Amino acid sequence: MVFHTRGISKTYRMGEVEVHALRGVDLDLFEGEFVVLLGPSGSGKSTLLNILGGLDVPTTGAVRYKDQNLSAADEALLTRYRREHVGFVFQFYNLIPSLTAQENVALVTEISSKPLPPEDALKLVDLGDRLDHFPAQLSGGEQQRVAIARAIAKRPDVLLCDEPTGALDLKTGVIVLEALARVNRELGTTTVVITHNVDIARMADRVIHLSDGQITAIEVNNDKKSAAELAW
Amino acid sequence: MTALDRKLWRDLWHLRGPIIAITLVIASGVSCFVMFMSTLDSLLLSRELYYRDHQFAEVYAPLKRAPESVRQRIDRIQGVDKVDTRVVAPLRIDIEGFDEPVNGLITSIPDSDQPLLNQLYLRRGRLIEPGRNDEVIIAEPFAEAHRLGPGDSLHVIIKGKRKKLRIVGIGGSPEHIHQLRPGGMFPDFERWGVLWMGRTALAHAYDMENAFNHVVATLLRDADEQNVIDQLDDMLKRYGGAGAFTREDQVSHRFLAQELAQLENLSGVFPIIFLGVAAFLLNVVVTRLVGAQREQIATLKAFGYTNWSVAWHYLQMIMLIVVAGAFIGVVAGAWLGNVLSGIYVNLFRLPFLHFELDPMRIVQSTLITTVAGMLGTLAAVHAALRLKPAEAMRPEVPAIYRRTLLEEMGLKRLLSVPSRMILRNISHKPVKSLMSILGIALACAILMTGRFQEDTISFMMDVHYALSQRDDIGVTFNEATSRTALAELRSIQGVEYGEASRAVLARLHHEHRSHRVHLQGFEQNAVIKRLVNADLRPVSLPSDGIVLNEYLATKILGVQVGNLLTVEVLEGSQRVREVPVVALIRQDLGVGAYMDLRALNRLMQEGDVISGAYLYVDDRYAKEVYEQLIDRPQVAATAIRIQEIRNFHRTMDETLLFWTSVATLFAVVIAVGVVYNSARITLAERSRELASMRVLGYTRGEISYILLGELALLTLVAVPLGLWFGRGLCAYIAQTLENELYRVPLVLEPDTYAFSALIILLAAAVSGLWVRRQLDRLDLIEVLKTKE
Ligand SMILES: Nc1ncnc2c1ncn2[C@@H]1O[C@H](COP(=O)(O)OP(=O)(O)OP(=O)(O)O)[C@@H](O)[C@H]1O
Ligand SMILES: [Mg+2]
Repeated sequence: MVFHTRGISKTYRMGEVEVHALRGVDLDLFEGEFVVLLGPSGSGKSTLLNILGGLDVPTTGAVRYKDQNLSAADEALLTRYRREHVGFVFQFYNLIPSLTAQENVALVTEISSKPLPPEDALKLVDLGDRLDHFPAQLSGGEQQRVAIARAIAKRPDVLLCDEPTGALDLKTGVIVLEALARVNRELGTTTVVITHNVDIARMADRVIHLSDGQITAIEVNNDKKSAAELAW
Repeated sequence: MTALDRKLWRDLWHLRGPIIAITLVIASGVSCFVMFMSTLDSLLLSRELYYRDHQFAEVYAPLKRAPESVRQRIDRIQGVDKVDTRVVAPLRIDIEGFDEPVNGLITSIPDSDQPLLNQLYLRRGRLIEPGRNDEVIIAEPFAEAHRLGPGDSLHVIIKGKRKKLRIVGIGGSPEHIHQLRPGGMFPDFERWGVLWMGRTALAHAYDMENAFNHVVATLLRDADEQNVIDQLDDMLKRYGGAGAFTREDQVSHRFLAQELAQLENLSGVFPIIFLGVAAFLLNVVVTRLVGAQREQIATLKAFGYTNWSVAWHYLQMIMLIVVAGAFIGVVAGAWLGNVLSGIYVNLFRLPFLHFELDPMRIVQSTLITTVAGMLGTLAAVHAALRLKPAEAMRPEVPAIYRRTLLEEMGLKRLLSVPSRMILRNISHKPVKSLMSILGIALACAILMTGRFQEDTISFMMDVHYALSQRDDIGVTFNEATSRTALAELRSIQGVEYGEASRAVLARLHHEHRSHRVHLQGFEQNAVIKRLVNADLRPVSLPSDGIVLNEYLATKILGVQVGNLLTVEVLEGSQRVREVPVVALIRQDLGVGAYMDLRALNRLMQEGDVISGAYLYVDDRYAKEVYEQLIDRPQVAATAIRIQEIRNFHRTMDETLLFWTSVATLFAVVIAVGVVYNSARITLAERSRELASMRVLGYTRGEISYILLGELALLTLVAVPLGLWFGRGLCAYIAQTLENELYRVPLVLEPDTYAFSALIILLAAAVSGLWVRRQLDRLDLIEVLKTKE
């Protein structure tokens, strides 16, 4: 088992208003799984992903990654956890504007132990010819692909993607998803993908439905499709 | 180079505007510090070297006349190291083509050699040659004032005898660095000359053959100073000793020490203020620069960069700025320090400058800025790091935008949406807004300090000469004489009115404190010479007792009205009397002790005599009056007030001009740096929001209004605050500057306020224009492409 969460909830306090982003989530994720998180906007998907990735800690509840207790981990431990095990693709890309595509990838590979060369990672997302472009010179979708290249370049143990194809057309969306699937398949990377696209769920081993901060359903997909087979 | 290093350089390049601005702010602070400290260090060192290399004496003993044989007895006093005797004589000087009275002091030197103590510094020419009784060396400033050089000659009148002397050398001595006529306030190199002559020739002219009237000495390392003074006084009493004193009471040394102390005080204030303000601004700017990158910081952290490597990344950036700023500052400061030292060396009349830039000063200034920069960086990075990356990665929305007070008050309908945005932007980040206001206010405040000195010195001069010392000419007689001398002066055509005065050299004692002054007597109903109280209203002179100025009473002697003061007269009768302090007066320039003329004469037991006069003179007859005064043998010295004031302004102007320009330059750099950076960073923080508004259909003008309105509002709040700060700062400086030479009243002309406010508003306007241009170029697509 890779992830094991029990009763995690997250509450944001804004003045007098309390927002319950997560309310008691119990979830187990397994080695090499490809999991899709589905749910309406504001249901807490990003919050859950951030907690799994060690970017945030739950207000209450326990999170374990393998034998590490993430909910009780201190800053240094979380940092090491992220550095060694996690690859992120953020909803808002979060590229460093002053670095080129290649350098944005290098930013991560430079601190990993067994990375892909940045150029190869960018070729995987079909951006081999845009290495020296700055984020501002790339389209939104291209920026997202750089973000994905950056996430997979370190060959992480877990890959956490927040709406990785949200801004992409069919062709590039398929390329990106294939890249994710390949990494998942070949390296056994546990992959969690947040999406609004129900079709993508058909690639998953399991689909987890989230609503109003709670898990409402978990489907096991016995008929896994490849990215190319998805009808958009 | 790692990707992070690349980011560093690219960010530096991208932020070059604010970085250059902040670099210059640091450079200003550092160079102000280095300039001042190097000037102070250099002057102290130069004086020290001059004193040491020219054997500046430690003890001085004037007397009437003693046979040369007494010298051996002085030599034997316990604790005395070297002793030199000499003849010192007052004289009148006659210079061809200069028709105003010139007085001076001539000191003997050995016939063919340097004296043992207080050796001459020769700028040009040579020493006296043996057997030549008409050779003279004159002081450099006097030579400059009259364009005299070796080979020229002048006439002097010593003891009523006229003598023609040939100038062979131009120079100076450590005992005449600061050259003042007795009782004078400011040097007057045209009308007061310091000269040196061979001992034989001078003794002959002054009837001092085989005798001396002045002793100088140095002390052994472990000597008991007071004991030496007492023994000298005892020994010289029968020779008309006028009280031995140490360096501390030696006029030149005392004034120089005061001036240097003042410079030292200034150096303790200005550089600290400038450097402090620069450090504060650095801190503010860094906080905002780093704060603007919180999302990037969060991203780095999400990838597993440690807190330390993130902090180090920003520290490097700030250190580069600080080091660049400090470097520029040190170079500029050393250069300015050299210029300023040169000006002061001229002003203080030190013969040479040994410029010294102590590496410690460089270290100090760099350290202060570095620490300020590091603290700012670490605080900002810490604030960004404290957030969970997930949170920091979102655009910053920490507080809830509330409706502002103005809106609550029902003004909502009066305010457009952009106006409300301005108010909310300011009120929703109160700390940031406050820091911006504070930064601008501080810049405004230091602008005022540059001009403050000018204001206050003019005021001081005005008060002194318009209210108190109101004579056109002050005359000093050779010795105390009867009142007929005054009547005679009044009968000169052109003299409109005259008042008697009497000055007695005395030492005032109270408990363990004492001070040498000229105790001045004048008439109770005097109108030329007047005393004023704290409110600058004339006060009448009590018929008995002594009146002191505030500073002499409280700071030097520690007496109050009602206390008894011991007056030890140092001339004539040499009496010691107890006199009550009856009033304190305000006198910003110098120190003063006053008595009713009659009371002073009673104390002296010398009958109704006077020793000088204050005259009102009709301008049209000034020349004739001078001629008459020059011709009168009983007139020892003549002070022409207008010249005194002019002289003062001439010497002060250069110093002040340099000072004001440099301080203003630094302050302007700091002001522009702050305002520009505020605008620049606000633009960076807001560009997304403003671009969105443009997309929604707002015009360039409308979005500019939001940003510029905020800048304008902050500036308008900051300016009055800055003027208020500035006043406080000037008050503090005034207090630090207080010393025996003058007390600086807090005077700030409306001009000064207006100037400071104007510079700030100009800086804001220029920064505003720049922002406006940037806004016009705002690339909507690019700004909106990323995120959401
Ligand atoms: N920093 C925050 N402060 C306050 N509320 C927050 C914060 N972050 C998230 N929330 C709230 O928590 C809830 C869950 O947010 P989350 O970002 O997890 O939703 P999501 O499922 O990812 O939605 P979307 O599909 O729109 O991205 C939302 O109601 C959101 O408004
Ligand atoms: Mg989300």
